[in-house]
Amino acid sequence: MTGLLAVGAILLVGAAIVFVLWRGSGPRQDFLTEAQRITFETLHTAWSAAPPLRAGLVPEAAKKSARHLRTLLDTPALALTDEVEVVAWEGMGGHHSGDTMRLAQEVFSTGRTRAFDIGCTLPDCPVQIAVVAPLTVEGHVVGVLAAYSREASAGLVRATNEVARWASGQLELAELDRSRTRLVEAEVRALRAQISPHFIYNSLSAIASYVRTNPERARTLLLDFADFTRYSFRRHGDFTTLAEELKSIDQYLALERARFGERLTVTLQIAPEVLSVTVPFLCLQPLVENAVRHGMEGKVEPGHIQILAADAGAEAHITIEDDGIGMDPEALRRTLAGQVDETAGIGLGNIDERLRRFYGDDYGLVVETAQGLGTKISVRFPKYQHGLHA
Amino acid sequence: MDNTYGVVAVLVVALGTMLIGAYGLRISRTTSDFYVASRTVSPWWNASAIGGEYLSAASFVGIAGLIFAHGPDMLWFPVGYTAGYLVLLTLVAAPLRRSGAYTLPDFAEARFSSPVVRRVASGLAIAIAWLYLLPQFKGAGLTLHTVTGAPDWLGGLIVAVVVTVNVVSGGMRSVTFVQAFQYWLKLTAIAVPVVFLLLAWQAHGGQRVNGPEYPVFRQDTSVSFDTATVVDADHEVVYSGRGLVDGQRVEGDGLVLTQGEHTIAAGSTFVFPAGATVPHLESLPHTTNANWALPMSEGGEFPLYAVYSLILATFLGTMGLPHVIVRFYTNPNGRAARRTTLIVLGLLGIFYLMPPIYGVLGRLYTPELLLTGDTDAVVLVLPSRMIEGLGGQLLGALVAGGAFAAFLSTSSGLMVSLAGVLSQDVLKMRGVRGFRISAGLAAIVPLSMTLLVGGIPVADMVGLAFAVAASSLCPLLLLGIWSTRITTVGAVAGMLAGGLPALAAGIITISARTSDQWYHVFLSRPAAWTVPLGFVVMYAVSLLTPGKVPENVNRVMVRLHAPENLGLDTNEEPSMSDIRRRTEP
Repeated sequence: MTGLLAVGAILLVGAAIVFVLWRGSGPRQDFLTEAQRITFETLHTAWSAAPPLRAGLVPEAAKKSARHLRTLLDTPALALTDEVEVVAWEGMGGHHSGDTMRLAQEVFSTGRTRAFDIGCTLPDCPVQIAVVAPLTVEGHVVGVLAAYSREASAGLVRATNEVARWASGQLELAELDRSRTRLVEAEVRALRAQISPHFIYNSLSAIASYVRTNPERARTLLLDFADFTRYSFRRHGDFTTLAEELKSIDQYLALERARFGERLTVTLQIAPEVLSVTVPFLCLQPLVENAVRHGMEGKVEPGHIQILAADAGAEAHITIEDDGIGMDPEALRRTLAGQVDETAGIGLGNIDERLRRFYGDDYGLVVETAQGLGTKISVRFPKYQHGLHA
Repeated sequence: MDNTYGVVAVLVVALGTMLIGAYGLRISRTTSDFYVASRTVSPWWNASAIGGEYLSAASFVGIAGLIFAHGPDMLWFPVGYTAGYLVLLTLVAAPLRRSGAYTLPDFAEARFSSPVVRRVASGLAIAIAWLYLLPQFKGAGLTLHTVTGAPDWLGGLIVAVVVTVNVVSGGMRSVTFVQAFQYWLKLTAIAVPVVFLLLAWQAHGGQRVNGPEYPVFRQDTSVSFDTATVVDADHEVVYSGRGLVDGQRVEGDGLVLTQGEHTIAAGSTFVFPAGATVPHLESLPHTTNANWALPMSEGGEFPLYAVYSLILATFLGTMGLPHVIVRFYTNPNGRAARRTTLIVLGLLGIFYLMPPIYGVLGRLYTPELLLTGDTDAVVLVLPSRMIEGLGGQLLGALVAGGAFAAFLSTSSGLMVSLAGVLSQDVLKMRGVRGFRISAGLAAIVPLSMTLLVGGIPVADMVGLAFAVAASSLCPLLLLGIWSTRITTVGAVAGMLAGGLPALAAGIITISARTSDQWYHVFLSRPAAWTVPLGFVVMYAVSLLTPGKVPENVNRVMVRLHAPENLGLDTNEEPSMSDIRRRTEP
């Protein structure tokens, strides 16, 4: 029994320590001056409203941001709209929600903040005055912020105006995010359409040379060619499995070997555990193509390419290595930094950008190279990333 | 007994594991073999690997020890360990695979899109993995102690070091084939001796196991006491040797242990004559063999509760074990996950036929273990006891090697999955470095805990890990997969309401001596009250917070339940290589 008590006491003390540490680690509330406190509280509330605003004017997120924006303005009610309807109503007097779009019409056309007298006749309804301010993205009014109050004051109009301007800034950032996404998507589409004409020409000539001597091989190669182009031109989905991507690489290599013959040798070491890992579409094939190009270019002796896929706990590690002419590290750095270099193609930079965007900055490409010393590219993929599915 | 072969077997297994880890299966392949290289792991291989990782110390030495001491009630352990996969097969395997999750926290996040649910799930997964590593280290200590007489903590340390070095150096990762091999090694190590033991038993006259008498010494047996031991003699026993009994120094021949309780001091060594009734360790049940062979004969408080609690914990706990879930990721799709589970059921079923035979024969051949309390050692001692000479020693070495393989493979499976969770959710360090630090952390905690833990049977400790898994992560998986109404708040509340009491009960059982209290069984077998608690709280809180249902629940549910080849997510057409396969002869 005493043992039980002792353990109980230990658990209680442990819980108490955890609680104290937890409380102690929160934001400290002791400020030197009142101004500091106000600054802190205002900016803190503003930043709480920022993440949902970044999601745009959609009902679920707008609801969250409206709550913080109302705290900032300290009004009884606040509404956010997009160009068509009210997306969030925060606070009392919800029955006025239907009128908001009518009031907003004028603001949409002029783009200027205006106060309206509503004059609600219901007793206890705090919604008497509405201050409607535009939310502007790139000079275009995409919605309004309406603050409702009991009485009108010039201060309220100015404060509402400022909050709406700040919110517009966040919405513009959201728009920026979206255009960045669109840009990358466009690049992936470009990458898909980017099977090089030389590759098509070379593959078809290689196949043609087998048609009479080895029709069976020619048939296999043609099927490989068909599958490879079909995969590369695939329209749907940004993700695939490592197995699919490796299959496409195999078809690509089969075609390249038909052309280079004995000069191109390839070693593969694939851990079967990682084959089901979800990876971005066309994130490895361009690296292999790069290795073939660098491994075989400008030399007569055979080129060797090694592809390793290893299982590493919660991650898959992939390396692609060639023994060719290597790359100029400086040019490579420029490519990866986004200054597209024509010779390196858009491949490496695009893949690096996509990996970082999906998995975070820890997961970019790692390239080890020097001129004349070959190239080794390493990629890591987490086995699970929330929201990504093949 | 001559231990050389046993030591050699343990060394071979430990070194072999290190070497495989260091050199890996470095088989390079050229492109002509690409399809071989890139073929996914077949359900057979994967099932063997799951079996290899799953059959732990509890299965290899623990079950036999419990049946030896407590009788057929303990058969629920092997039955439950296997039946857990039946529940997994019917309710969890395929949807879990389709969720794309690698660890349980991954599943929590995939299903609920909430970092809070993820964090709670990972906390519990870590606790379960530590609770499960503990008996592995403990069992390794026991094995090494039995084989060589080395101190109890040494075996655990060796296993911890071997596994950590292996995991950190990058070995034991692409381990499907290694683990699959381990299953067959363990099956051989436990099944081959069984054949010889049964033959020897028949050659000795095939004595009945459920006779009316108390267990008796078959031959003059020397027993050494490493710790102070309280024993209970049912009959007067004449013995010889030297030592301290009840505080009095005794020495010579013709000593008499009177009926009743006695305390024997550490360092005593006594020889008991053939035919004498075996005095029992005071805390073990002592019954006649006939009574031992009957279910629920043990008495004790609430025997029926204990049995149902065990059934619930093992049936529902398997799905919450971190190293089991991780293996399913290797399956290419939900269908393969189901096939794998089906095969696992068969493989485990065959293996679990063996340990009870050791437990039963132990009643006849190694009854002195009832006196010292080292009941878990029955598997290790039996072969050399029953079979004279070199044959017995070799079989003993085989069993010892198999047991060590069991500790190593289970520990490394646990360690890899645990290090994954630690690096991702606790240290927030991804990449190789984070994984290495996590692996170290994953080993140190349970290793230091083994020093604190007293004489709890290995299988009982494993039972506690199962109980925590069954009361926290099992509700999350079952309700998460089969109900659309579960909310994030409900998930967290249910996991905590089931998991924390089970965890607290486990910690109390391990650290405090409560075995003589009436409530002991509720702490050592908590599942029967914590599992319903977890389920009820999760569902009830979810109904009370309908606003917190994750927004994308319907999309997630389609992904979990729709077979992949329906193409609800994609619009694949058959590829040319499929066509090629069909058209070519």
